[in-house]
Amino acid sequence: MTLRRLKSIALTIGFWLLVGVLVLYAIFPFYYAIVTSLKPSSQLFEVSYWVDSLDFSNYVTVLSQPTFLAAIRNSVIVALSVVLIALLLGLTAAWALGRVRFRGRTTVMMIVLGVSMFPQVAVLSGLFEVIRTLDLYNSPGGLILSYTIFTLPFTVWILTTFMRQLPDELEEAAIVDGASPWVTLTKVFMPLLWPAMATTGLLAFIAAWNEFLFALTFTLTDSQRTVPVAIALISGGSQYELPWGPIMAASVIVTVPLVVLVVIFQRRIVSGLTAGAVKG
Amino acid sequence: MATRQPTLAQTSAAQNPGGAVDATQPARPRRERGTRVRRRRVRAAWLFLTPMLIGLALVAGWPLARTFWFSVTDASLSSLEGANFIGLENYLVHDNGWYGILADPLWWQSVWNTLYFALVSVSLEAVLGVIVALVLNAHFRGRTLVRAAMLIPWAIPTVVSAKIWAWMLNDQFGIINHLLMTLGLIDAPRSWTADASLSMWAVIMVDVWKATPFVALLVLAALQMLPSDCYEAAKVDGIHPVRVFFRVTLPLITPALLVAVIFRALDALRVFDVIYVLTSNAASTMTMSIYARQQLVEFQDVGYGSAASTLLFMIIALVTVVYLYLGRRQLGGGS
Amino acid sequence: MAGLTLERVNKRFGSTQVIDDVSMQIDNGEFIVFVGPSGCGKSTLLRLIAGLESITHGDLMIDDQRVNNLTPPERGIGMVFQSYALYPHMSVYDNIAFGLKLAKQEKQTVDERVRHTAKLLQLDGLLERLPKALSGGQRQRVAIGRAMAREPKILLFDEPLSNLDAALRVQTRNEIARLHERLGSTMIYVTHDQVEAMTLADRIVVLNAGHVEQIGTPRELYERPASRFVAGFIGSPKMNFIQVTAEADAEQGCRVEIPAVGQRALPLAFSAGSGSANEATLGVRPEHLIPTPSERGEGLEIVNVEYLGSEAYLYLERNDGELLVCRTQAPSPFQRGQRVTLDFDPLHGHLFDHDGRAVPPLERHAAPAAAQGATS
Ligand SMILES: Nc1ncnc2c1ncn2[C@@H]1O[C@H](COP(=O)(O)OP(=O)(O)OP(=O)(O)O)[C@@H](O)[C@H]1O
Ligand SMILES: [Mg+2]
Repeated sequence: MTLRRLKSIALTIGFWLLVGVLVLYAIFPFYYAIVTSLKPSSQLFEVSYWVDSLDFSNYVTVLSQPTFLAAIRNSVIVALSVVLIALLLGLTAAWALGRVRFRGRTTVMMIVLGVSMFPQVAVLSGLFEVIRTLDLYNSPGGLILSYTIFTLPFTVWILTTFMRQLPDELEEAAIVDGASPWVTLTKVFMPLLWPAMATTGLLAFIAAWNEFLFALTFTLTDSQRTVPVAIALISGGSQYELPWGPIMAASVIVTVPLVVLVVIFQRRIVSGLTAGAVKG
Repeated sequence: MATRQPTLAQTSAAQNPGGAVDATQPARPRRERGTRVRRRRVRAAWLFLTPMLIGLALVAGWPLARTFWFSVTDASLSSLEGANFIGLENYLVHDNGWYGILADPLWWQSVWNTLYFALVSVSLEAVLGVIVALVLNAHFRGRTLVRAAMLIPWAIPTVVSAKIWAWMLNDQFGIINHLLMTLGLIDAPRSWTADASLSMWAVIMVDVWKATPFVALLVLAALQMLPSDCYEAAKVDGIHPVRVFFRVTLPLITPALLVAVIFRALDALRVFDVIYVLTSNAASTMTMSIYARQQLVEFQDVGYGSAASTLLFMIIALVTVVYLYLGRRQLGGGS
Repeated sequence: MAGLTLERVNKRFGSTQVIDDVSMQIDNGEFIVFVGPSGCGKSTLLRLIAGLESITHGDLMIDDQRVNNLTPPERGIGMVFQSYALYPHMSVYDNIAFGLKLAKQEKQTVDERVRHTAKLLQLDGLLERLPKALSGGQRQRVAIGRAMAREPKILLFDEPLSNLDAALRVQTRNEIARLHERLGSTMIYVTHDQVEAMTLADRIVVLNAGHVEQIGTPRELYERPASRFVAGFIGSPKMNFIQVTAEADAEQGCRVEIPAVGQRALPLAFSAGSGSANEATLGVRPEHLIPTPSERGEGLEIVNVEYLGSEAYLYLERNDGELLVCRTQAPSPFQRGQRVTLDFDPLHGHLFDHDGRAVPPLERHAAPAAAQGATS
């Protein structure tokens, strides 16, 4: 065996080792959460690396709590509404920003970009006031409203990027056919932008589903909480007696749908993330 | 009419070389502001932008202005309306010693913590992100699966990942302590999230774990757009791969990496949830966002908290402006 | 169906003048072709007529009505785009029907029109297909059908054949010509392919850098180009250009001194201007150069012979390295390396002055073609 051969074998082994380490690093915590959630509470405090029991009592505990079910319901309502609003407003704005040249366009783009960089705490007190004025405190409505601050900018940004990629001649053909901007947008562009809208919608859904600070601040009672807040606030008798089993079960429950979505739509998500970032 | 006679167009062009206005000719109609199609489109554009602009004004513009206002008042959560103007007292006031945020050591610690957190975690994410991207860019069986696996940390809600790591880092029953002790790297369990000297590192570790995929994906997208011919040229010239990476690859992916880094940096500067869930309001990991929220919500001191929020906003705005300025200079004008 | 008038139309993008004082009159039912080199503003001019770009100043009239401010449907135009721009998610039927539906036509009328149009373009069997399931030629026909369906007064085509392969291009060209005959509507067609221009056009508009070089029938353009630019642009192989010194001659029109040929008299009304105005360019088309084998090694060398079946091109090298092209019948009696002397019929000589403008013929020699073509 030549030295070269040895070297290439060593390189191959090294590469696969690296891949293995990275994959392990990426998925181990989630895997460990599943392992923990499937343990009966009696075995919880013995560290084990494998699923050695299939005990669903933690899941039963979590799912029999009405507040957790309410949290899931709230999260679904909030996330879906946010996606819908962001897509609707984002699509019309993206048409304007992506396909029309007018004075002030750059300014609007800069505003949108600027808002996406707002720290959430910076608007916390003002937003609290707005929400209370609109009588939306401690209700999903307040969260839906407040979440547009971070979903709308990137929705607009990504959809604008995709909107720009549609051929000019298509829109001109529509103009020659007598289509108004609204008709062009809804009848010609929207059907072509389904993939982009799916991507953006997915990103908005994930962002809304995962949001914590506003949800923590703008809700008060257990029945109005969203999933992240509910999980963060699960508590036992004291700081040192957190019910880790149910917490892990709840974590797995709210994460599995996301992981499935991400794995299925990974290509879409990557294209959305890069589309949003290239112009940034 | 004979052909050789110049056409109408030629005559007029000949009489009016270069399109200069000739006083003997009738004045041209005034310049028009585009066709009706164009004007209609511009009007539609503003109409279509209106809902978004109203939305942004309602949830971003107005609240931000209110925050600025509250920061110069003595507002409290229970009496937002009855706030009195108190000038810059929330920021700094001299009254038998200095008071106000700028005189609060905890604020300065949270500024330092935030910067430290941002710098360390974003640097680690950039390095790790490039490594992951290089691996994902190689051709091997199961690449799609590995890429999907890399996306998992990104998809998990921050609160959930913080909880999972909190459990793994648990001082008594955590798997990390167990593992490290089995390997003989430590001899007694560490209290990762409670020990002031360790908790910042714990937080950074979780953030790096969660955010590296984002950086990796952006870099990967850039890598996949690289022209393959310069690699082939380098290969033909027999240049060492490491050299190729630093001389060819890295400069070409730098723009994408910079974008990823600025996105991450802005996120890191306003970090809240990871830290809140892992270490709550502990001083050793307190960031500006945590500090401001504590004042606003827990101490109900909206004036003081708003002043902290305003300072945070200013810092982030400064970073953004510097970035935009540098980016514009580097790329020679934006979109 | 409608006539169209452009009066000193200008278009500026920012500070660049793309269309410069263009005027022309297009008659009802005419087939007009815009040709010119890439970037000369053909598409822009077409889009100005369509209403897709705004006219910076000048007037555009359709049927004596000023239409500068009307939308494309209000102007009554239909347009066929270079990339076809079919709506990818709509069937052929819906593509053709889209404009009709937007015009608030009765459902039944829409259906009738779509079917009628489809029949005319032999698209009957394809109505339910999506564009991606069509061949290039079929897509092209759908694009034409969509433009026709609303029965526009004027049909505009922007390089509609450039995405088709050579054979299909000839076929579709013929179809468009037949369509024009059948519909009788005014058509304006942009191309940079002079064969398309020559075969389709009633009149050709030659554009160069945003201004009109010449408007005329194909024959006028070929036989009496108004400028050196047009002379070089129309015709393949290109017209030969030779630098000469010219001199007005009261008797014969003018006298030119041609290097390596000698002095010739041309029946052209040349008048010497100031300065170096004696310098002119002689233009002779390849088929009008008459080569004669030279006996004593004088004349020019044939550096290449191209055999094309029906004819042959001789390439002759001049002393300054430039090539002259000469078209002869095939098989050619000449061979590479042979030396020939050249001559031409003075009636077929074109002379261009210092500014590139054609020197007009003497009155009594006015070419027969000129009598027929009526411009403006
Ligand atoms: N929207 C625009 N903004 C600025 N310049 C433009 C615009 N559209 C066209 N131009 C410029 O106007 C000139 C004419 O363009 P046009 O598309 O009309 O050329 P063309 O004759 O159709 O060329 P081709 O044969 O390549 O299609 C070009 O120099 C082009 O760069
Ligand atoms: Mg063109």
